[in-house]
Amino acid sequence: MSDQDYTPKSKAGKWFNDRLPLLTLGAHLTDYPTPKNLNYWWTFGGILTFCLLTQIITGIVLAMHYVAHADLAFASVEHIMRDVNYGWLIRYIHSNGASMFFLAVYIHIFRSLFYGSYKSPREVIWIIGLLIYLLMMAAAFMGYVLPWGQMSFWGATVITNLFSAIPLVGDSITTWLWGAYSVDNPTLNRFFSLHYLIPFLILGLVVLHIWALHVPGNNNPVGIDIKKPSKDTVPFHPYITIKDTFALLMFMIIFAGFVFFSPNVLGHSDNYIPANPLVTPAHIVPEWYLLPFYAILRSVPDKLGGVILMFGAIFILFVLPWLDTSKVRSAVFRPIYRQFYWIFVLDVLMLGYMGAMPAEGIYLVLARVGTIYYFAHFIIVMPVVGLLEKTDPIPMSISEPVLTGGADPAIARKDNEKI
Amino acid sequence: MSKEEKKVNRRDFLFTASYTIGAVGIGAVVWPLVHQMNPDKAQQALATTEVDISQVEPGNSITVLWRGKPVFLKRRTPDEIAEARAVNLSDLPDPQKDEDRVKEGKDEWLVMLGVCTHLGCVPLKDKGDYKGWFCPCHGSHYDLSGRIRKGPAPKNMEIPKFEFVDNNTIKIG
Amino acid sequence: MKRSNIKSLLFIATLLLASTAKLYSAGGETEPLKVDWSFKGITGKFDRASLQRGFQVYKEVCSSCHSMQYLSYRNLGESGGPEFSEQEVKAIAASVEISDGPDDQGEMFTRPGRPADKFKNPYPNVKASIAANGGAYPPDMSVLVKARPGGSNYIYSVLMGYEDPPEGVTLDDGVYYNKYMIGNKIKMSSPLSDDIVEYSDGTQATVDQMAKDVTTFLTWAAEPELEERHRTGVKVIIYLILLTTLVYLSMKKIWSRVDTEV
Repeated sequence: MSDQDYTPKSKAGKWFNDRLPLLTLGAHLTDYPTPKNLNYWWTFGGILTFCLLTQIITGIVLAMHYVAHADLAFASVEHIMRDVNYGWLIRYIHSNGASMFFLAVYIHIFRSLFYGSYKSPREVIWIIGLLIYLLMMAAAFMGYVLPWGQMSFWGATVITNLFSAIPLVGDSITTWLWGAYSVDNPTLNRFFSLHYLIPFLILGLVVLHIWALHVPGNNNPVGIDIKKPSKDTVPFHPYITIKDTFALLMFMIIFAGFVFFSPNVLGHSDNYIPANPLVTPAHIVPEWYLLPFYAILRSVPDKLGGVILMFGAIFILFVLPWLDTSKVRSAVFRPIYRQFYWIFVLDVLMLGYMGAMPAEGIYLVLARVGTIYYFAHFIIVMPVVGLLEKTDPIPMSISEPVLTGGADPAIARKDNEKI
Repeated sequence: MSKEEKKVNRRDFLFTASYTIGAVGIGAVVWPLVHQMNPDKAQQALATTEVDISQVEPGNSITVLWRGKPVFLKRRTPDEIAEARAVNLSDLPDPQKDEDRVKEGKDEWLVMLGVCTHLGCVPLKDKGDYKGWFCPCHGSHYDLSGRIRKGPAPKNMEIPKFEFVDNNTIKIG
Repeated sequence: MKRSNIKSLLFIATLLLASTAKLYSAGGETEPLKVDWSFKGITGKFDRASLQRGFQVYKEVCSSCHSMQYLSYRNLGESGGPEFSEQEVKAIAASVEISDGPDDQGEMFTRPGRPADKFKNPYPNVKASIAANGGAYPPDMSVLVKARPGGSNYIYSVLMGYEDPPEGVTLDDGVYYNKYMIGNKIKMSSPLSDDIVEYSDGTQATVDQMAKDVTTFLTWAAEPELEERHRTGVKVIIYLILLTTLVYLSMKKIWSRVDTEV
């Protein structure tokens, strides 16, 4: 960070800043040179920060009333919904907020996949982001257990049972996770503790995520490196802050639509039945944002194989920066990769749909096809297309396409010609 | 006004309006987060307690729990009532007539929150210099009407809302 | 509009549409009957009279077997619900005997109910309930409408759906055929019959009327905040649209200083 030339205006400010340079940090963030061509896909980082803070605040407030005991949990949630002042509102914001959080994170991730934001020199930002995503899934999974409904209990049973697939130590690990011989009160208690903890781990990682981002600066839709500051950049405030605010407000309208008019449509009605260890629901399904991984898990007939593939589906993302061989960053200039990108999007949506269906018949067949294609996209498509693709000429700067009316081959970099 | 000045004014108005409307929204969001900590509807559904007083002899008292706090119910003898009423109001740090602290026709029954008005300890019965209660925490003395006579407590022990359901039952709250 | 923008919008639209699609289909059973409920839609409200009649049906027909343990008698007087008067609520509560104690002798005793009490359970515990009902548990009804796919329509349909089993379907003792019940078999005999209740407001108590009224009541019981939620939602969305417009105009103003647009 090279803005040590900032001096606070007031004496008190200068005194404080000399001891803890928060005002310098503030100036850095305010003036931060940001590409001026960022489109709305870039507003989801800010939206995600809003989602995290919303979940933390509503979560802390809910924790003032929730009781993490198997005999009382379901009743305590009903107490929140019926008796606590605005309890219904805070609860519905929290439960729908989790869905909105994942909606935003998937858009954010798919932005990165399209525009090559994971590519050098942003590999560490990408990896930190994946760690945040993993923690989000852990927090969401445990959070869903807390109301102690049928889906809470049986979802917890299914997923914790997966660990027994590990050879030799699997059963011990599962018992250790449970704190009992099945999902029971000890499990609920520790899930509550960890559910409260994880968002603060995420908060810490978000700080690192943004810090790592500020080294190279933001990627942009044309994927070219820019100097900051330059005529290609604008100060973060007010240009990006106002745009992020606008996008956030649009997002909040959708959020409010769910909270106030359809607060249970994204959930499962079975979770309004108190947990019963003796009765298994006809179809156990996780929340929608975990469905693609659920489909991958169930597509393998072998228990351990399913677990390996499910985790593999996430871990393969970690090595994506090294699987993608393309020298061109943004899919805007990669006509072949672009097609595969949209097929990949459809594949993930299809896997999600299959995850909600029973694992039989045509659903199972499609889930298997989808799983194979998912891995093929990373292991085959990314390396091969990157090497063989003839990319479009990329502009020399961000401002240029505007001034010259489009990417003109004459001004393209010569070293970009590929067969 | 010049065109430039007009432009600036409109821009300022727009920004000011946005900030103001935004601030209203933030206030509206903060209120539920604060109000949820206030007593909820179940707490507010005035929990009442009925107490059977048929076994209490004159001169004795019982203590019951109401809304998480102790309530003293003392049945005073005629002498104790007379003594309470003989006190000069100007001698009282918190002047109040004994008649105003009991129900008409039921003067023997003193019903009050057994919580010292200083810092909330529970005073001990039949102790202190005024034949009433004594709070051991900081030395407040209460008389036979539960009024503060000596010590740091500022007010007499509080009389809650109560009524006689019948001669043997008092309902508090 | 640029091609990538259109694609992006289509993508978002697909996501939103998919989210509202019925992902978790019960499968197999007939689609429930659809009723034009007064509480559906963004300005939906409960029919006060229907709620009061529905409570009467619950009290006289259902409450002997079905508990409603998360409701308190005072809820019957709160705004957004049946809105019985304070005296009516006190009377309803006082009409049941509630277990209380221990007294100073250590004994449990019973006393008339008060508004603050929770609805009395017909059975002391779940096992007693199952034993008294031929091995089947009459579910608690506090959130039953939210606990079934199809919600209010489903509950109404089950109440209307009793009929003779089709060809080839045999039923065990104590099992009845229901067209709309998940699995088509239910261990509760048809609870409603014409005029089984005499409505205090004089409405004709047909099975259809009672089914609608008690479903309305059960919907309120599961979502007592519904009217306030709808009211607040309309205000919030209008506010957000207003603020979004102001912020959008501000954004355009600020960005006009830059020669942008890629």
